[in-house]
Amino acid sequence: MTTRTFRAVRLAPCVTLCAAALGAMLALSPGRAAEPTTKTVDIAKFAFVPREITVEPGTRLRWTNHDETPHTVTSQDGRKVLASPGMDVGDQYEFVFATEGDFAYFCTVHPMMTGVVHVRKSAGKAS
Amino acid sequence: MNDPRLDRREALKCLSAWSATAVVWTLSGGVPSALGATGSGPTASAGSGDLTFVQISDTHIGFRRDANPDVVGSLRRAIADIHALPQRPAFVVHTGDVSHLSKPEEFGSARELLAEIKVDRVHTVPGEHDTIDDGVAGYLKFFDHDGKGRAWYSFDQGGAHFVGLTNTLNFKAGTMASLGDEQLAWLKADLSGRARSTPVVVLAHIPMWTIWEPWGWGTSDAAQAMELLRPFGSVTVLNGHIHQVMQKVEGNVSLHTAMSLAYPLPAPGAAGIGEPGPVKVPESELGKLLGTRQVSIVRGKTELAMIDRSLDR
Repeated sequence: MTTRTFRAVRLAPCVTLCAAALGAMLALSPGRAAEPTTKTVDIAKFAFVPREITVEPGTRLRWTNHDETPHTVTSQDGRKVLASPGMDVGDQYEFVFATEGDFAYFCTVHPMMTGVVHVRKSAGKAS
Repeated sequence: MNDPRLDRREALKCLSAWSATAVVWTLSGGVPSALGATGSGPTASAGSGDLTFVQISDTHIGFRRDANPDVVGSLRRAIADIHALPQRPAFVVHTGDVSHLSKPEEFGSARELLAEIKVDRVHTVPGEHDTIDDGVAGYLKFFDHDGKGRAWYSFDQGGAHFVGLTNTLNFKAGTMASLGDEQLAWLKADLSGRARSTPVVVLAHIPMWTIWEPWGWGTSDAAQAMELLRPFGSVTVLNGHIHQVMQKVEGNVSLHTAMSLAYPLPAPGAAGIGEPGPVKVPESELGKLLGTRQVSIVRGKTELAMIDRSLDR
């Protein structure tokens, strides 16, 4: 199975890199800044799991679609902070949350699927 | 036609032989009725002056998973079935999910495959799988039927008025899909001034009635469209999306979903299945769950004649 990772990048809306190439690049970049903490959300059985998650600012969130049906991770408001392309089975989408806030999102293909990310400085202590 | 009883017998024979793949619609004198397949009333048979067309749906070109590793093969089998029909259909309608992931190569491949069908035209409407990344823009590069840069349209043929709708946009979180105000206004204008006796056939991907809301199997503003359609004496709504045949009749309006040509989906809200994902069935069973629909509009009948035929029967 081919796994594609979609990364939200500020200047280029979405850059597609295969996971292997991404891993190789990271391995070859020993001098780079510390990687952000990564947390994961699964997309499975037409649901975001967990549906609600609280993370510290600077956390990278990685969604992985386990369904054979395509899904998206898309901001509910018009700001398009979260804007994944259609994700096939195995595809991943990543976003680093720099600032505090509540980020509600849904799947544009299946709008009944909703989720929310709470970004809080106290997230680590609270959980 | 010589003896209508014979015709009906023939139609029923075909039906029992074909069981579930396609539905044939016949329009005669502008009134659609099903040829032996659905409904409990007397069946009609298509005469030479009637309009017959075929509905296919949910081809999901690009899908390659276990539930059907060869969706192209399934579509080609359906095309062969269409070519084998005793009466050449006037056209084919595809009620959406042409592609699986809205990729240009999927649309391109689908367009080439659909061009293999020996009919004058293939009318399509987009499904939610066709409008994933950039709304309807990617789909329209391949399937802009009237060149107006929008996915909804109408046309007249065989005395009937056909309307193709797009109900896979205007998605709002936590709700079912909708047609949206702009399209509803267009529909109102499109229908205004038409004789109420004109049979209307509506094509839309997602069912225009709520079958199972938790799975998004419905159109949130369908009632507003129905309000516009109800005054007409014969309204037939053809949908896809749920990959199985279901129907509902509301007065003069009958609504029908069709089989897919890609993979089966579970029955609405099926116990133990929490989501409407592809269902893997034994290889020998798959062809019985995929199929086409022949539709005929028969002169003097208010109901369209339909035959759902599976690929394996």
